[in-house]
Amino acid sequence: MADQQPPKDVNDKSQHEQDMGRRNFLKNTGLVAGGLVGGSLFGGLISGGLNKTNEKNDKTAGNDSTNGIEITQARQFFTRHQDFKVLNAATELIFPEDDLGPGAIKLGVPYYIDKQLAGRWGVNARDYRHAPYAIDLKDVDQTAGPGGEQSILDRGMIFLQGLRKMDEESQKRFEVTFDKASEEQQIEIMTDFEANEVKMKGVKASEFFILLKQATLEGAYCDPLYGGNINMEGWKMKEFPGAVASYANYIESDEFAKLDPVSLRDYQGH
Amino acid sequence: MVKKLKKVDAVIVGSGWVGGIAAAELTKAGYNVVILERGKNKKHEDFIGTKDELRYSRRYELMQELNKDTITSRNSMDKEAIPVRNNMNARLGNNTGGAGVHWNGMSFRWMPYDFEIYSKTVERYGKDKIPKGCTMQDWGITYDEIEPYFDQYEKTAAISGEENPLGASRSDKYPNPPMKDTPNIRLFTKAAKALGYHPYRIPSANASQTYTNPDGETINGCVYCAFCEEYGCDFGAKADPIGTVLKTARKTGKMELRNNAFVNRVSHDGKKANGLIYTDTTTGEDFEQPADIVVLAGFVFTNIKLLLHSKIGQPYDPKTGQGIIGKNFTGHFNNLSTYIGARGFFEDKKFNNFMGAGGMGSSVGDFSGDNEDHTNLNYLHGYEVHYSQLGSRPIANNSVPYDTPGWGKEFKKNSIKYYNRNLFITAQTGFLPNKNTYLDLDPTYKDALGNPLLRVTVEYTKQDIERAKAGVARCEEIMKEMGADKMNVDIVRDDTVFDHKFYTDHFFGGAIMGATPENSAVNTYSQMWNMENLFVVGGSSFPHTGNYNPTVTIGAFAYRAAEGMIKFLKEGGNLAVKPLEENA
Ligand SMILES: Cc1cc2nc3c(=O)[nH]c(=O)nc-3n(C[C@H](O)[C@H](O)[C@H](O)COP(=O)(O)OP(=O)(O)OC[C@H]3O[C@@H](n4cnc5c(N)ncnc54)[C@H](O)[C@@H]3O)c2cc1C
Ligand code: SF4
Repeated sequence: MADQQPPKDVNDKSQHEQDMGRRNFLKNTGLVAGGLVGGSLFGGLISGGLNKTNEKNDKTAGNDSTNGIEITQARQFFTRHQDFKVLNAATELIFPEDDLGPGAIKLGVPYYIDKQLAGRWGVNARDYRHAPYAIDLKDVDQTAGPGGEQSILDRGMIFLQGLRKMDEESQKRFEVTFDKASEEQQIEIMTDFEANEVKMKGVKASEFFILLKQATLEGAYCDPLYGGNINMEGWKMKEFPGAVASYANYIESDEFAKLDPVSLRDYQGH
Repeated sequence: MVKKLKKVDAVIVGSGWVGGIAAAELTKAGYNVVILERGKNKKHEDFIGTKDELRYSRRYELMQELNKDTITSRNSMDKEAIPVRNNMNARLGNNTGGAGVHWNGMSFRWMPYDFEIYSKTVERYGKDKIPKGCTMQDWGITYDEIEPYFDQYEKTAAISGEENPLGASRSDKYPNPPMKDTPNIRLFTKAAKALGYHPYRIPSANASQTYTNPDGETINGCVYCAFCEEYGCDFGAKADPIGTVLKTARKTGKMELRNNAFVNRVSHDGKKANGLIYTDTTTGEDFEQPADIVVLAGFVFTNIKLLLHSKIGQPYDPKTGQGIIGKNFTGHFNNLSTYIGARGFFEDKKFNNFMGAGGMGSSVGDFSGDNEDHTNLNYLHGYEVHYSQLGSRPIANNSVPYDTPGWGKEFKKNSIKYYNRNLFITAQTGFLPNKNTYLDLDPTYKDALGNPLLRVTVEYTKQDIERAKAGVARCEEIMKEMGADKMNVDIVRDDTVFDHKFYTDHFFGGAIMGATPENSAVNTYSQMWNMENLFVVGGSSFPHTGNYNPTVTIGAFAYRAAEGMIKFLKEGGNLAVKPLEENA
């Protein structure tokens, strides 16, 4: 939030006054009376998150800026640059830049997805992973969930295969890689994936599409700590204020509350 | 090798609301209790500063990880079941406090009609109204008998609400007034009233003010932060087992809660339960915890899996209708009984959709249960229609009108435009039991210890589809009255089948209660008929699904069960045949 004015709330109060307001809610709602705030529980939040001065905001803000996060923008999961280029093009097609604001690429979505695939989500660590796998659900049940749920492939493998297949289709149909194809050509391919009209191995093209779309939206609107939603631009477009501690002051009002967003880094009071 | 531990008075599977209530009541009465909880140790401190949609609502950090144990699912008896592999399809409780930590807190009582559904149906419409294959039955208890326990749970859990104008009689008002209201709620209320219905504020376990419950535990006032459903409350303002019943039990010094303790089996001699066999998942060691009474409070799937796997009671056979364990599985299913309705898009209004609380909203009870005359309707039981402002978080909420594509330029524009310009009304419907919807052990898939997974078979009947259609139509009617410029109305097709989603966590049956051992596994104290020191508690004892969220009713029956446990520890015997003095 480096180059921003002190945030305003609906009543045009400064962030500092808002914070005081929040502290009063905490008091009113018994957090102080209940002994929680004084103890270790809320210590960090109150001093770091809720009662933050503008000066501190300015200092930490560098971490939210595009410059600060560049150091984290390198590939952990994807090894081939071409795969990553296709990912860039595909996510931007789903969530393009327009006059409302940045698209997937500027929001950091491709790097967000790369990081996620390199972690627990990419290898389905929480999921039940025992055979037999019903690869083609026709025999069992078409109504089972999306996202490669019944596939033997993990999400990382689904992404790799899916992106390469998109590229292959583009070269086959238009003699140009997916990232260099025209918008109409890209749309044609993506539409075919969504409709499951492209054949993939071990997973349906439509399931890959659902994963890709969901991951794109996650990258656009997650907390910036994950590498997406850079500078909270996704939230700003959507007028979602992030990790605001309390809405007790606004909840009854008929007026729309225009609030500047709060990231977890600010909320947790690092 | 199984190491045998020192005997205690009671051993409990699960530290959710049900296990917590049992532990609080037993320890207050002076008994020593061990709770075995498969999940991690959690305190309120773990929830501070966790307003992170990706982590909790997309990666489901607080829910049961399915890599060690899950269920399998099929939507017809002649199909093979598939395992439920990821949390997109099952949000089940785990860790200290169970699902009671990450619930919304909508806190309705089920209706007098529910508990006597068979008799009341026959009385009003005649026997022929009950569809073929429907296995509905009375619960063996009346609303008036369970009412004091409703009151007890509501006071424990700081329920904040106002009286349902069409509701059953209450012995006392809610312990707290309803939460604040919002423009969204006011709009719904006004429209529902204009149509002649009787809206009232959804009773919530998000406390409207700081409150101290009868056990002396304090629940703080809610600040409407909207990171509520799927999250632990970082203000201690949502009643959960950690801050109430488990805390009460801990204070006595008589409860030990063992985390990472995965219960595999009930040890027993056919007449009496000896204790629970579990694996310490941090070391792989196996233990037996002996006890005078054994309490299954591990939610419906674990309760039934343990009974079947330990060979207690006769498994239900859908072909013959014989047997009881696994019978009458029901629930609120995603594409039928909840999460469907009407979404309205408003061109000129902007709402603060990102604020709210898990249990915040307004409900219409005019069509609940048997409130409406079903003589000329082609279904029994009803639905509750509500608007709830639980807070729209941005990853999960990208609704666009049906005529907008699902991705690309138009999608981005409209998903952003309508984010704070759309409202959703949903109908939650009852679900009647049928003979083909049941639980048994899966023939193919195994858990991490090599035991068979529990298999769920759900078949929708024509009645269920018709009830759902009626509910959606009512949502549409109210949304229209609210003045939406465009509407997405969910379509319930005649051939809708169960979609293998266990998203609501509202699931029931498998060890149902009743007045006699002929038609039930447990009596109304949740005590097994044929193994008197074994209590199987929670939604598993409900013979069907009402149209309200279940936890208040689960809590009430847990209090009744706990009373029974104490009585049994003192005097032994079957509690149903020796009525308790207090209730006699
Ligand atoms: C997102 C969400 C929102 C909800 N919102 C509402 C609502 O608004 N209103 C409402 O009425 N209800 C709601 N519910 C449902 C409510 O949470 C449950 O009805 C209630 O918590 C059930 O309590 P329980 O004690 O029976 O089970 P649980 O809370 O599931 O507790 C069972 C415990 O047993 C443990 N366990 C299971 N198996 C084993 C084993 N083998 N060994 C050891 N331990 C085991 C589990 O880890 C768990 O901690 C919601 C649920 C979810 C998931
Ligand atoms: S909405 Fe209220 S009850 Fe829910 S998490 Fe926030 S403060 Fe807690």
